[in-house]
Amino acid sequence: MKLLFTGLSLVNMENSAISGFGEVLIFVIGGILFLCGGLFTAWIVRPSRPNEEKLTTYESGEEPLGNAWGRINIRFYLVALIFLLFEVEIIFLFPWATVFGSKALIISTDGNWGWFALVEMFVFLGILAIGLAYAWVKGFLDWPKPKVEKKEIDSPVPGDLYQEVNRKYSA
Amino acid sequence: MGLLDKQFNSGGVMVTKLDDLINWARLSSMWPMTFGLACCAIEFMSAGASIYDLDRFGMAPFASPRQSDVMIVAGTVTFKMADRVRRLYEQMAEPRYVVSMGSCSNCGGPYWEHGYHVVKGVDRIIPVDVFVPGCPPRPEALIGGLLKLQEKIRGESLMAPTAIEKMMAERV
Repeated sequence: MKLLFTGLSLVNMENSAISGFGEVLIFVIGGILFLCGGLFTAWIVRPSRPNEEKLTTYESGEEPLGNAWGRINIRFYLVALIFLLFEVEIIFLFPWATVFGSKALIISTDGNWGWFALVEMFVFLGILAIGLAYAWVKGFLDWPKPKVEKKEIDSPVPGDLYQEVNRKYSA
Repeated sequence: MGLLDKQFNSGGVMVTKLDDLINWARLSSMWPMTFGLACCAIEFMSAGASIYDLDRFGMAPFASPRQSDVMIVAGTVTFKMADRVRRLYEQMAEPRYVVSMGSCSNCGGPYWEHGYHVVKGVDRIIPVDVFVPGCPPRPEALIGGLLKLQEKIRGESLMAPTAIEKMMAERV
């Protein structure tokens, strides 16, 4: 509240200078006025002839179908989760890399620090790899493709006609 | 609302000057809608690129009909596409202009006689302001067409259209 008050009091009574928040306020008011000016001018100048086609949703010239809250396949959730896991792993590797090469620690532990940190990291990676292997074995990474059923088409053109053409040009 | 659009019956100094201002604003920032139908679109692209540089006319291609002013029909309009072209035109905000670019969209072009699938001139489905001849037109030709369109916009007015009334009066 006090901040708001100082913001609103544009002119400081003591040295009659605009305070920092006052400048922000002027900026905000200027922005709103500028926006309103543009919208008002457009409202005056623009022709307004709405029709049914114009009021529909723009869908690259196609007829819009269904609603905008379309569902996304639940499988993307698993993929996103596994991706997140390995993304976090990479993020954890960065601080590890800085500590891993720390000269002071290596000298003070007589070189054992490097081996310890390396093994620790591989243990961490191993746990995550087991998680990935689990997801793999359970079949979460498989993306079942829909079976394409061949439609029986009653074509007046006999199949051997095409073969005849092919034979003619392959000879 | 469109407080000023086609609302005046008689022009005066004010209206004329306002006309000039609005027309100048409109012709200086004709945003074309980004879409191409055939090879003419390649010429349209190069017209927008560095050498021909449509930007110097204030033309920035825009990927939505809602904010674009000019539809450049660049290429063969098939009947399948005609629906879409028509719908996109309807979805553009007024004032909207159409430049028909190339023989195909002007009159069907090479598909004039045997193109069972081609609209014989895009002016049969949407009103066209400028036809740019060529197959495909060079970027210079497209720019020429756009300058013609600028000339046309320069002559627009806020006054209510009276041409039809005049024609009807002459007929009686």
